[in-house]
Amino acid sequence: MKRAVITVVGKDTVGIIAKVCTYLANENVNILDISQTILKEFFNMIMIVDMSNAGNDFVKIANGLEELGNSMGLVIRIQREDIFDMMHRI
Amino acid sequence: MINRAEVLETNKMIQESKLDVRTITLGISLLDCIDSDLKKCCDRIYDKITKTAEKLVPTGELIEKEYQIPIVNKRISITPAALVGGACCKSKEDFVEIAKTLDRAAATVGVNFLGGFSALVSKGMTKADKDLITSIPLALSQTNALCSSVNVGSTKTGIDMDAVELLGHIILETAEATKDQGSLGCAKLVVLCNAPDDNPFMAGAFHGVTESDAIINVGVSGPGVVKRALEEVRGENFEVLCETIKKTAFKITRVGQLVAKEASELMGIPFGIVDLSLAPTPAIGDSVAEILKEIGVDEPGAPGTTAALALLNDQVKKGGLMASSYVGGLSGAFIPVSEDQGMIDAVNRGALTIEKLEAMTCVCSVGLDMIAVPGDTEPSKISGIIADEMAIGMINQKTTAVRLIPVIGKTVGDTVEFGGLLGTAPVMSVNSFGCSSFVSRGGRIPAPVHSFKN
Repeated sequence: MKRAVITVVGKDTVGIIAKVCTYLANENVNILDISQTILKEFFNMIMIVDMSNAGNDFVKIANGLEELGNSMGLVIRIQREDIFDMMHRI
Repeated sequence: MINRAEVLETNKMIQESKLDVRTITLGISLLDCIDSDLKKCCDRIYDKITKTAEKLVPTGELIEKEYQIPIVNKRISITPAALVGGACCKSKEDFVEIAKTLDRAAATVGVNFLGGFSALVSKGMTKADKDLITSIPLALSQTNALCSSVNVGSTKTGIDMDAVELLGHIILETAEATKDQGSLGCAKLVVLCNAPDDNPFMAGAFHGVTESDAIINVGVSGPGVVKRALEEVRGENFEVLCETIKKTAFKITRVGQLVAKEASELMGIPFGIVDLSLAPTPAIGDSVAEILKEIGVDEPGAPGTTAALALLNDQVKKGGLMASSYVGGLSGAFIPVSEDQGMIDAVNRGALTIEKLEAMTCVCSVGLDMIAVPGDTEPSKISGIIADEMAIGMINQKTTAVRLIPVIGKTVGDTVEFGGLLGTAPVMSVNSFGCSSFVSRGGRIPAPVHSFKN
C-alpha cells in the first residue's frame, strides 16, 4: 500500500472537508483515517490516505492539493508516510 | 498507524525548526577519464559527470516534493583531480583547464558546488600534486562552483610540512586573486588532516579512491531542532540533556537515511553513507552556537564551551549511529564562524577567539572553519595555524580542517559579506608573534607513536 499523510491548516470555512474529499475521490485516492480539530477558529486536519490506485502521479496530486488549498486560503500538504514511519518507528 | 502527535512533531521540525537535508552529494570516480592528452581527458571528465549526474537535481526536487522536506544542496564530489590530471597536466595552467571543465560540468547539471579539485599529500607531493596546489588561486578565481581541498596529514603518515608551508602562500594568493569578492576563493579551499573519502560536505568533499564508481552520500542537518528540543529540558541534569540530544539526533538522521535510500533507488546509484552533522546556516534559529548557549554557556567561547561541545558532538554521534545503516563523512557538530549567526555574535562581543576555537576543534567534527583574518597576515602564520590544527587531527586520530580567509584590504574589526550559505565573517585577530623558522624547516613531521599498531 502506498500511504500518504495530508495535513490541512487554515482559517475554518464551510466545506473544507467536502472539497478535499471530493478532490481525493476524483483522483481515486482512498481515505483511511481523518482526525480534525478547530483551535481558535483554526481548522487543523490530518488525513491518512492510500494512493495505490491513484490516477495521477504523486507530484500532480500534491500540486493539485496545493492549488485547492490556495483557493480556500488554506495550506494543504501531502507527504509520503515513510518520513513519519522512519522518524517515529524503529 | 502514524498518529496525530507524530505528524505534528515531524512537520514542526521541518517548518519551525528548519530541519532539512543539507546535501545530497553524488560521488563520481573519474579514474576512468585519465588520458595522456589534456583535451581528451577534459572531454571524458565532462561527459562522465554530466551523464552520471544528469538525474541528480530532478531527483532531489522530487524527494523534496514527496516528503515536503527541503534538500538545500545537490552537489558532486569527484576523484581528487591531482590523480585524474596527473598524466596529462604538465603545468599549473593545464590544471586550470581541468578546473574550468569541472565548473562547466557543474553548471550543466545544475549543482551549486563540485568538490574534489584536490590533492592527497599527507606524506609527500608528486609533481602533479604540486602543480595542482599551485594552480588553486587561478582555478578558484576563474570558476564558480569548484571547491578545492588538500589533505596534508594523517595519523598514519604524519604531516607534510612542505605542503603546509606552501599552502600558507597559496591561501594568500587565492585571497588576492579573489579580492574583488571579499577573498571568496578561500571559502572554497580547505586544508585537511585525516580527510574522509566519503564526506558529502563542502568545501572538503572528494570521492576517495577507495570508493566505487558512483555513490550517493547524504548530509543531514538540524541544529534548530536540537535547540528547540533542549528548550524543553532547561535546568534538567546532564543525563536528561544527553538523552534529549541523542533522541533528537536519531530522528534527524532517520530522515537522512530515508532520503539517501530514496535518492539511491531513483538514480540507480548505490547508497554510500549518511553524514550526521549538525551544520548551521546564517539563518536565525539554525545555529550550533545557540545550542551551546542552551546547554548553559553565556556565549560560545566562555569557560565550559569545549566541554559543552564535546558532549553535544558525542551525543549526536550516539543518537545518529543507530539511525542509519552506514554512517560516515565527518559526522558531528560543525563550528564555522561566518555561517553561524551565534558564532558571529560571540566574536563581535569578544567572547570567541581563534585560540578558543582551536580548543573546540579538538572535540568537534571538523576544525577552524570559515574564519576571516586580516589580509596582511604573513603566510608563515597561516601555515602555523594549519600545522597546529593538523597536529590536533593527527594526534587525536580525527579529521581536522582549516578554512581561513585572509580578507585582502580588511583588518580586525571589519566584516566581510560572502552571501548565501557562506554568511558574514567578522575579521578575527591572529597572534602577533611569528613562527616562520618553524614552518620553513622543510620535510615532514613523523607519524605519532600510536599509529604503529601493526
